[in-house]
Amino acid sequence: MDHFPTSWGRQRNDAYDAYNTYPLHQRPNPGHDAFADSVQHTQQPIVTGTSVLAIVYKDGIMMAADTLASYGSLARFKSIQRLHSVGTSTVIGASGDMSDFQYLQSILDELIISEFTEGDKHELGPEEIHEYLSRVMYGRRSKMNPLWNSLLVGGKKDGKRFLAYVDLLGTTYTASTLATGYGAYIALPLLRTAVEGRENDLTEEEARKILEESMRVLYYRDARSLDKYQIAIVNDEGVTISEPQKLVTSWGFAEGIRGYGAQTQ
Amino acid sequence: MPDGSFAHPQQRQFNPYSENGGTILAIAGADFSVIAGDTRQSEGYSIQTRYAPKVFRLTDRAVLAVNGFAADGNVFVKKVKQRLEWYRHAHAKDMPLRAIARMIQTMLYAQRFFPYYVYNILGGIEEDGSGAVYSFDPVGSYEREACRAAGAAQSLVQPFLDNQIYFKNQQSLPGQSRPLHLPLPEVLSIVIDSFTSATERHIEVGDGLEMYVVLAKGRSIQGLESFRGVQELTPNPDGDRVFVIRRELKKD
Repeated sequence: MDHFPTSWGRQRNDAYDAYNTYPLHQRPNPGHDAFADSVQHTQQPIVTGTSVLAIVYKDGIMMAADTLASYGSLARFKSIQRLHSVGTSTVIGASGDMSDFQYLQSILDELIISEFTEGDKHELGPEEIHEYLSRVMYGRRSKMNPLWNSLLVGGKKDGKRFLAYVDLLGTTYTASTLATGYGAYIALPLLRTAVEGRENDLTEEEARKILEESMRVLYYRDARSLDKYQIAIVNDEGVTISEPQKLVTSWGFAEGIRGYGAQTQ
Repeated sequence: MPDGSFAHPQQRQFNPYSENGGTILAIAGADFSVIAGDTRQSEGYSIQTRYAPKVFRLTDRAVLAVNGFAADGNVFVKKVKQRLEWYRHAHAKDMPLRAIARMIQTMLYAQRFFPYYVYNILGGIEEDGSGAVYSFDPVGSYEREACRAAGAAQSLVQPFLDNQIYFKNQQSLPGQSRPLHLPLPEVLSIVIDSFTSATERHIEVGDGLEMYVVLAKGRSIQGLESFRGVQELTPNPDGDRVFVIRRELKKD
């Protein structure tokens, strides 16, 4: 009798392991999976979000993202929330594939619930959430089936501010200013000059202004962005994600640019 | 399609690797070992962060530097530390350096067909009290050496070390012999010079420098006391001791 359930229902090969002496993990694998060809892995993102920005300031951290989910160059969903609170002291912001992000949201919400049901009064903080996320992301990349996102994780717990990055490869790092996507090229230099060395002095108002200005620059230059954005704040009071707000922009200067305004060849 | 553009379905393969720059090096002395790395993490032309450590203390007498794909590096260090903890619980002592080296080769080779894209340099003190450096390739080939550089600026730093540590291409005066091991202050200056030079000429090197110094049991801190900002990481001055020295590097 073959006592291993994984072998039940399969053709017995008496030539190999006739006396059933091989341990379970060394058993011959079940040939090939007939369905393997039909299993699809994410090869590219489909509905995508663009940059997320985040900075550390005096009382905590602040994060910003617009509300657009693009389908290629089509502005497909114009009111998608890309900032998500996890527990009471963490916020995550996502760029990249929005369905993968919504899957991550459901995983994290389940995680928070299962931790809550322990009833031990312990809560996961931003550091734990970031560690967990990076393990999920690295695990999926190692299966060659990545979750196609760049994520920022920020928060404040026990008086300690935390800001970190994780992406589809499982690459992680922390810094006082972070940006994903085009933001890493366009907004990050602005954020670094405004924030680095002033992390403990910046007020909420100043921080908000720095992010708003960076979002405006991004909206002017990033063709996959929107003038509607949200700001998330984590401070001692907990997580606050603002209602969507509109960027004030002026395009008057563009009239004189050849290729935009009336043509004067 | 007439032009054959859809003759074969398009397949774009996901690339699970990346390269995050930076450089590491280690030099063994007679009764000490120095393991160093810069703290910049980059991808392409972007600096991701100015402080991401690449050098990690494993035990009171072993320090590991990792360089290459940062995600693999962090996971690998985590697994090495876990195995060392299990060893501690099983045997009530720290794993000896040469055993850590062999364990690292086994762990790397276990991933032979989906490798950790990481170059490892292990430095520390051997059971006989001598300073040692072990260097590895991503699939586990390893050897014990007196010095090794790896990473983005390996091609800049290694020839310099060959010249300064192994005295390659140096003519000695008649009747004079070369020392087998350099004293600690000399080694530390060579390490600092290596990194300032690499920072000048390589865009992926810079921001900060972390130098770990492992001293053999019973050795005085002679050669370290003159250095500013030396921080001891080991609680017990009677055994092997680990120190860290941090320096700024150019940030451009």
